[in-house]
Amino acid sequence: MLMGFSRPQAIGVLLMVVAIVVAPMLAYPVFLMKVLCFALFACAFNLLIGYVGLLSFGHAAYFGMGCYVSAYAAKAWGLSAELCILCGLATGAVLGLVFGLIAIRRQGIYFSMITLALAQMAYFFCTQAAFTGGEDGIQQVPRPSLFGVIPLTSDMAIYWVVAAVFLIGFFLVHRVVHSPFGQVLKAIRENEPRAVSLGYRTDDYKLIAFVLSTAIAGAAGATKALVFGIATLSDVTWQASGEVVLTNLLGGMGTIFGPVIGAAITNTLEFYLSPFGSWVTVTQGVIFVACVMLFRRGVVGEIANRLKVAL
Amino acid sequence: MLTVLGYNIGPMLAQGMLGLINGAFYAMLSLGLAVIFGLLNIINFAHGALYMIGAFVAWGLLTYLGVGYWPALIIVPILVGGFGMLLERVFISKLYKLDHLYGLLLTFGLALIMEGLMRNYFGSSGMPFAVPESLRGATRLGFMIMPTYRVWVVVASFVVCIATWLTIEKTPIGATLRAATENPALVQAFGVNVPRLVTLTYGAGVALAAFAGVMAAPVYSVNPGMGSDVIIVVFAVVVIGGMGSILGSILTGFTLGLVEGFTKFLYPEASGVVIFVLMVIVLLLRPAGLFGKAA
Repeated sequence: MLMGFSRPQAIGVLLMVVAIVVAPMLAYPVFLMKVLCFALFACAFNLLIGYVGLLSFGHAAYFGMGCYVSAYAAKAWGLSAELCILCGLATGAVLGLVFGLIAIRRQGIYFSMITLALAQMAYFFCTQAAFTGGEDGIQQVPRPSLFGVIPLTSDMAIYWVVAAVFLIGFFLVHRVVHSPFGQVLKAIRENEPRAVSLGYRTDDYKLIAFVLSTAIAGAAGATKALVFGIATLSDVTWQASGEVVLTNLLGGMGTIFGPVIGAAITNTLEFYLSPFGSWVTVTQGVIFVACVMLFRRGVVGEIANRLKVAL
Repeated sequence: MLTVLGYNIGPMLAQGMLGLINGAFYAMLSLGLAVIFGLLNIINFAHGALYMIGAFVAWGLLTYLGVGYWPALIIVPILVGGFGMLLERVFISKLYKLDHLYGLLLTFGLALIMEGLMRNYFGSSGMPFAVPESLRGATRLGFMIMPTYRVWVVVASFVVCIATWLTIEKTPIGATLRAATENPALVQAFGVNVPRLVTLTYGAGVALAAFAGVMAAPVYSVNPGMGSDVIIVVFAVVVIGGMGSILGSILTGFTLGLVEGFTKFLYPEASGVVIFVLMVIVLLLRPAGLFGKAA
């Protein structure tokens, strides 16, 4: 039991870290950074769907707003990279707190519809607000330096920053899930009325989990904005919210590696399918249907089930 | 020029009328969602896509087969409703024993497939659909011009909504449906074929969406994105109204359309979000929705 990881999980983490270190020698670093940003986003989402049983259908709002604020902070205020990411994190947290307070008033399917509607509101805000640049987005954001001294202009330099942000987020989610707080979250997922009867204020727990998730989503978006030097409307759309749901469903909800594997698969698919336009959408739809109908545990969940270990 | 509180009444009523038309679509779609949710316990994310398919089938019938608007108004709901029943049998019926969120995920996937395919074949820009001959023209009311087709949309959808409500509240089949919503196991024990009732209900809800699609075809251009644009607003409408009451969802749909229309006139920037803002207010004051029962 290393840091709350079981032996198979510890082996998995080790393999993942090795893969992160070795991968840029084999693949295009910018693509890998995109995967890592979406993997972190998916881990944040997994905290809710996998461990509290809350299906937020508007998570792109936090990711996308994180993108915008970080890009704006880098371009207009000239902040350094770590501060931009913190700005994104704070944006996700504040927005998540406000939206969470509203959405948590309803359970189940209503929660999903409310989060979706709120996210659409955020989307409309982004189309009209002055600082987002409307349809153009915020473009040509200069890559800020780390701590104001270490330049990140080369792709490999920023790759290590992205990898570090991802790993911090990944371990944070794992830490939260395996804390006494995380046990209460799982209790809420399994049987909310019983958790209430045991004296837990489940709404408070749900809200804290929600804000943690949206904050990490904001940080993931912020990091992505710095890598690509751009923040656009496409990261705030409901399609983007759907994508993170797909990533989790495909990888395996409630498994620690599921979101990471899911992000790797969906981004690879998107990379190869992007020349074919709307076939990306069709493929995503087919994967949704296939996952729901045939393997609800997701890729990692099925492997874990075969090997009879928790991954 | 007539004015009220310093506003020109003509443009204001014109926007109100446009809003009422949107409201008619919100009402028909949220009605279908509510009926499906009542019996199947799933949120049909594909509802918007099926509405879009309805519009496209009407367009296709006209363009390729020369079938006009009036027959389409009957044929399209039957075709698309049948397609919906097929979807229910093949996919949705396998999920009833699982967590409700799987139904949402599945229908979301189906919506993506339908929208993506339509985008592949028809592109993202819209296809025009002419207003039928008999409903062209407009009436001059002095303070505003009232296109005949718009009046028809509002009246026809209101009639359809009320007919649906009467069917559910006043007929034997409606009584069976309501009973099955309350307690499917008991209704099955009385010898009613509940799975078939479920399939038919899903088909009827989808047919209603397709009917709305045909009605919408001449108002908006027929395009693959029309469903997803409207479905998120309809979700907010459903949250505001609460899904417990059929009449409630009809009333909420029309009212919110009207509110949206007037907002477009008074403060255009807010027209995209006014329904979502109302949703927030309702959730803060009455979490179960205006017509909903407390959970």
